[in-house]
Amino acid sequence: MEWINAIVQGILVGGLYALFAAGLSLIFGVMRLVNIAHGDLIILAAYVALVIVQMTGLHPLASLIIAVPVMAGFGYCLQRGILNRTLGKDILPPLLVTFGLSVILQNGLFEIFTADSRKLNAGELETVSFNLVPGIDIGVMPLLMFVTAVAVIGGLQFIFYRTAMGRAFRATSDDKEIARLMGLDNGKVYAYAMALCLGVVAIAGVFLAIRSNFDPSLGPGRLIFGFEAVIIGGLGNLWGTLVGGVILGVAQGLGAQVNPGWQLLAGHLAFLLVLALKPKGLFPRIDG
Amino acid sequence: MSDVLLEVRDLKSFYGDFQALHGVSLTLQRGGMLALIGANGAGKSTLLGSICGLVPCAREAIVWKGEAIGGLAANDIVKRGIAMVPEGRRLFASLSVEENLILGGAMARPGPWDLAKVYAMFPILKEKRHQPSTSLSGGQQQMVAIGRALMSNPELILLDELSLGLAPVVIKDIYAMLPDILGDGMSAILVEQDVTQALAVSQQFICMQEGRVSLQGAPQAFTREQISAAYFGTA
Repeated sequence: MEWINAIVQGILVGGLYALFAAGLSLIFGVMRLVNIAHGDLIILAAYVALVIVQMTGLHPLASLIIAVPVMAGFGYCLQRGILNRTLGKDILPPLLVTFGLSVILQNGLFEIFTADSRKLNAGELETVSFNLVPGIDIGVMPLLMFVTAVAVIGGLQFIFYRTAMGRAFRATSDDKEIARLMGLDNGKVYAYAMALCLGVVAIAGVFLAIRSNFDPSLGPGRLIFGFEAVIIGGLGNLWGTLVGGVILGVAQGLGAQVNPGWQLLAGHLAFLLVLALKPKGLFPRIDG
Repeated sequence: MSDVLLEVRDLKSFYGDFQALHGVSLTLQRGGMLALIGANGAGKSTLLGSICGLVPCAREAIVWKGEAIGGLAANDIVKRGIAMVPEGRRLFASLSVEENLILGGAMARPGPWDLAKVYAMFPILKEKRHQPSTSLSGGQQQMVAIGRALMSNPELILLDELSLGLAPVVIKDIYAMLPDILGDGMSAILVEQDVTQALAVSQQFICMQEGRVSLQGAPQAFTREQISAAYFGTA
């Protein structure tokens, strides 16, 4: 029963990893940009939520009402002001610039918030749980996190395949030159995609901050989880990304069950295994 | 309103050190079709690219209804009423037939063309509207590409290599439809390898050779030999 419990808890944590990964997958899908600063943006979102909670006294989950638009607005400006200038035939400039952004974000957060670890307190929600079957307790918070992840990915899927904005994303991803002939401004399309991405990042950041302590140095680790979930699931496939997050979460849970020190190792091994057996991931949709 | 729709004035174009166009000029009247002929590498696609904004050029080199628009972004030019059917069709592979058409009309100006009219012109597209665009035959894909351009309700449509890679019978069908498509006073510039076909449907032609205009006028004003000499540069 302990093992089944580890799997169930792993699935729920996988939702958080899918939230980390969804934005990464979206940005790569639309503009082939690998955002090295993605993890640091998640941590930035956690601090934005922290400031909102401290200033307004809102519940951390309620702070999303402010944090999501703030981060989305930041994403729009970041893309228009900086990242659009780096996109071209060469893939190196965006990598270097987002790497630089990662360094700046980490050090900026250290400067303002110090290295002390923080946490958002969601009150009772964090401790409430219910008994699924004897031996397996489901926490309301992890369940909420997982349901949110499914809803976010379902929402992104809807935007991608059912709305004019999604059509613009897919068309620009297919052929940006012809997309311009249709009247689409690539720079604006990319900026909307980054706004959407950072909206999702805000949700990921708040759940991360409720679930565990955070400090400015945690970004790169979250980036790795996100990358692994995207690659396990297959590039450009959002539901695949959710499966990737779940596989990562379950592997970590099982690893921890064997030996608490093996938690991260088991996740990385699962990733390596998928990479070795199916280099394009389990459900690939984009080549290259 | 003057009858001059588009003027190209001394257009020069470079790819790095290579000069693709050496001062090309032309005037296009409202309505009617201009054929642009010439061997591979003569600069036809570069000229079309400059007009629709995909190839950079000097602001004054392209004048659209009195406004200098050279070098504007393609997304700004389409809003002014110039649409392009690109060489090789270049449909959006991850979009369905209908989504390709809708996207073409995303920035549409007011005008007669909408989904219903495109489907009336090409009924087969209505049948296949939910299929991925790339699952269609070459001729049907070309219909989507033409429909996608029409959806923006252009005043000028640029047709780049309509017949490329299509079966002769399909080419014939598409050419037979051109008069209907252009019926509402739309103008067109047609780039075509098949010179006979292009000259047969055009009121005016321009022959290019190595980035220069080598002959221009009405097709019937010249003999086959004269056109051939301008085309191959053997005069």
